[in-house]
Amino acid sequence: MKRSWVFWLPVVVTIALFATFLVALVRPSDRTIVSQLVGQALPAFEAPAAIPDRPGTNSRDYADGKPRLLNVFASWCGPCVAEIPVLLQLQAMGVEINGVAVHDKSEDLARFFAENGNPYARVGLDQGGRAQIAFGSAGVPETFVIDGKGRVIDQHIGVITEADIPDILAKLKGS
Amino acid sequence: MRRFLIAASLCLAQPAFGQDYAEESLPDVNQETQAVALMDTLRCVVCQGQPISGSNADLARDMRRLVRERIAAGESPETVRAWLVSRYGQWVSLKPQVNELTAPLWLIPIIALGGAVLLYSRRFKRKKK
Repeated sequence: MKRSWVFWLPVVVTIALFATFLVALVRPSDRTIVSQLVGQALPAFEAPAAIPDRPGTNSRDYADGKPRLLNVFASWCGPCVAEIPVLLQLQAMGVEINGVAVHDKSEDLARFFAENGNPYARVGLDQGGRAQIAFGSAGVPETFVIDGKGRVIDQHIGVITEADIPDILAKLKGS
Repeated sequence: MRRFLIAASLCLAQPAFGQDYAEESLPDVNQETQAVALMDTLRCVVCQGQPISGSNADLARDMRRLVRERIAAGESPETVRAWLVSRYGQWVSLKPQVNELTAPLWLIPIIALGGAVLLYSRRFKRKKK
């Protein structure tokens, strides 16, 4: 007896299903958590001054017509140290960078800036992760490009290297 | 009198220690149950494989505090979940969601079962002849 195509249907479907599982298992998945705020207004936040010689920062600082960077960092974070020279370069090019330090202490930050330099116009201390969660930031360092109207136009996850400078400048200029 | 003063000062000092809702339960049992149920279904964005209720990451602590504070302020668990999803995306929620993308997960077993019933019923009918 010749078997109809219906007989083979479950076999084909099962093979297709398991092939899908196999592909999904083998393919390395992207575990980067991207903030959903890109394209939206910077959410309300309040990060009081972390060190004596720089003011703190809050959401009202960002809609004055000047695009700038908002860098989420911490004094205990190794990659953040690596990023500082690049941020200092950006600062020398006239880019305004504000910092929000997460899970940090004023005295640790003072030491961090004494050792590495301070590229920030404002340094705020995040209170209990409130600002970080509001930004949809999952780790440090992360950098948000904010346009002159206070909207988040890009999120850079991880260390900013020299190779990222042209892209960041273009985004700041284009906003 | 001295003992009373010590006891009184300890009572007064309590709130200063007991206000960190990252680790402390809410006084309202009902709200605490809601908060814990929500924390069990929110993914820690640092450690990624764990819910925030079982994670030691600083950011997970912050999220637990945020969840308890918002529940205590009268927000519903689903409002808090939606707020976090609006920050981190659907990925932060461990609660399965039925939408166009995930519908096959629910539909495939039903379709497969239906197909099997159909095939077998036809087979048995044929044998009866």
